[in-house]
Amino acid sequence: MKQDFYEILINEQIAPSVFKMVLAGDTSPITAPGQFVNIKIPEFYLRRPISICDWNDKTLTIIYKVVGGGTESLSRMKKGEKTDLLIALGNGYDTLLSGDKPLLIGGGVGVPPLFGLCKKLIAENKTVSVILGFNTKSEIFLEDEFKALGAKVIVTTADGSYGLKGFVTNAMEYADCTYFYTCGPKPMLKAVNDTAKTGGQFSFEERMGCGTGACMGCTCKTKNGPKRVCTEGPVFLREEIEW
Amino acid sequence: MVDTSVNLCGIKLTNPVIPASGTFGFGYEFTRFYDINILGSIALKGTTKEPRFGNPTPRIAECPSAVLNSVGLQNPGAERVLNYELKTLKSIYKKPVIANVSGFSVNDYVSAVNILNEDSNIGWFEINISCPNVHGGGLAFGTNAENAALVTKTVRGITNKPIIIKLSPNVTDITEIAKACEAEGADGVSLINTLLGMKIDLKTKKPLLANKTGGLSGPAVKPVAVRMVYQVYEAVKIPIVGIGGIASADDVLEFMLAGAAAVEVGAANLIDPYACKKIIEDLPKAMKKYGINNLSEIIGGAHNG
Repeated sequence: MKQDFYEILINEQIAPSVFKMVLAGDTSPITAPGQFVNIKIPEFYLRRPISICDWNDKTLTIIYKVVGGGTESLSRMKKGEKTDLLIALGNGYDTLLSGDKPLLIGGGVGVPPLFGLCKKLIAENKTVSVILGFNTKSEIFLEDEFKALGAKVIVTTADGSYGLKGFVTNAMEYADCTYFYTCGPKPMLKAVNDTAKTGGQFSFEERMGCGTGACMGCTCKTKNGPKRVCTEGPVFLREEIEW
Repeated sequence: MVDTSVNLCGIKLTNPVIPASGTFGFGYEFTRFYDINILGSIALKGTTKEPRFGNPTPRIAECPSAVLNSVGLQNPGAERVLNYELKTLKSIYKKPVIANVSGFSVNDYVSAVNILNEDSNIGWFEINISCPNVHGGGLAFGTNAENAALVTKTVRGITNKPIIIKLSPNVTDITEIAKACEAEGADGVSLINTLLGMKIDLKTKKPLLANKTGGLSGPAVKPVAVRMVYQVYEAVKIPIVGIGGIASADDVLEFMLAGAAAVEVGAANLIDPYACKKIIEDLPKAMKKYGINNLSEIIGGAHNG
């Protein structure tokens, strides 16, 4: 984990209220997909935690949704500006448990961290299926990118404007999998837990103070006692979660 | 060479910079960022007799130049702090630390202090009578001079370590509380704890924090804290630990001129885990800039003349 400055190469809208930012700098602190960065935003006090979507030796990509003043300010940052990051925070997904046929289930802005995970699982020669859930066709992003990695992709839309009508759980019955990995809004995670028949890992979101484990602002209850989403998480094993 | 050392209730600190309770965990995790032995001391996470989960989330809200928190004294309980947290820290940090203790009754404070008292690494007890995030506890002692006096007197009777009472700013006259603590044998006071606040989410039209209210800290509260340190300095003779929005070496000097013998850095640790390190490294430069050779000589300097 380190604090450093990263240069913005791209900061562009890819779907309504959803932006992709590509940052250049040292990515060596990243050890697993599903980790996040805590990014300093002009004129705001607290950093904002945003999951890492993808990375290589020189750049990393984050995809974020404008939900308030902080992310709004982030969306206005320009190419060439420097950003102050804490990188890389949290545990990330563990691919050792995936079996041969892992299933990735993402909803909305929960989709991005699954991209780096998909890349890693495919590099490990696993057969990866992906379910991407969105509200409507215009909000879909990363579908083509997942397909380009070689994953089998099912898209669901709540209004039926694209792909399978319904929620990610409606698509889960079609997937033959050994294990699952998921990220998305909490009601979706709960529904995935109620539907899933295998072991899996859930990535949680919480408002954070520091992102580094110091403030206890993001603590959740688990079967193994209180855990900090920022440090012991954001990824938790299915069997340890208290719903 | 400038001298950054100060004396806090009879114990010498190499510098006055102490991470504030609740913003630094039990210290040892910060070794991921730097050698924590540079710190003057460390105020440990607020500890209660029994383990506490704290409040439901969300516990954190952004505010202008500040953070609102309602963590609610999450901690593993005094026994675990003694047997695990302090032992882990001891293997890394070689100076006396400040154990921060909270409770819901006078007996709770007594129990927690009794459990921790045997640990020789604890140099001071900081008695938190000012947490705004637990109902029926903490703050109830800190907003009433008689209750503050009772906690001070009782804790005074069970430990020989220096006790520093952590005061709430959520009072009409903080000097009355400080004087009551001094009269019952407090060795020092630390101030300010967080200011009680609230943020309403316009989307849900409800308070953003699950606990509804929280404690405000960060640079926004600094002028309030400087004013209170200044007032308390004129009211008591015991040392003051200044707390409230400190984020730079200049801020440290400002609090010491107001009357602080040492300072605690809180919210700054959350946005920059290197905050205390940077402040300590900048302190000699700031002292030179303002013509200060001996830091302890400026304590209360703003009151002269």
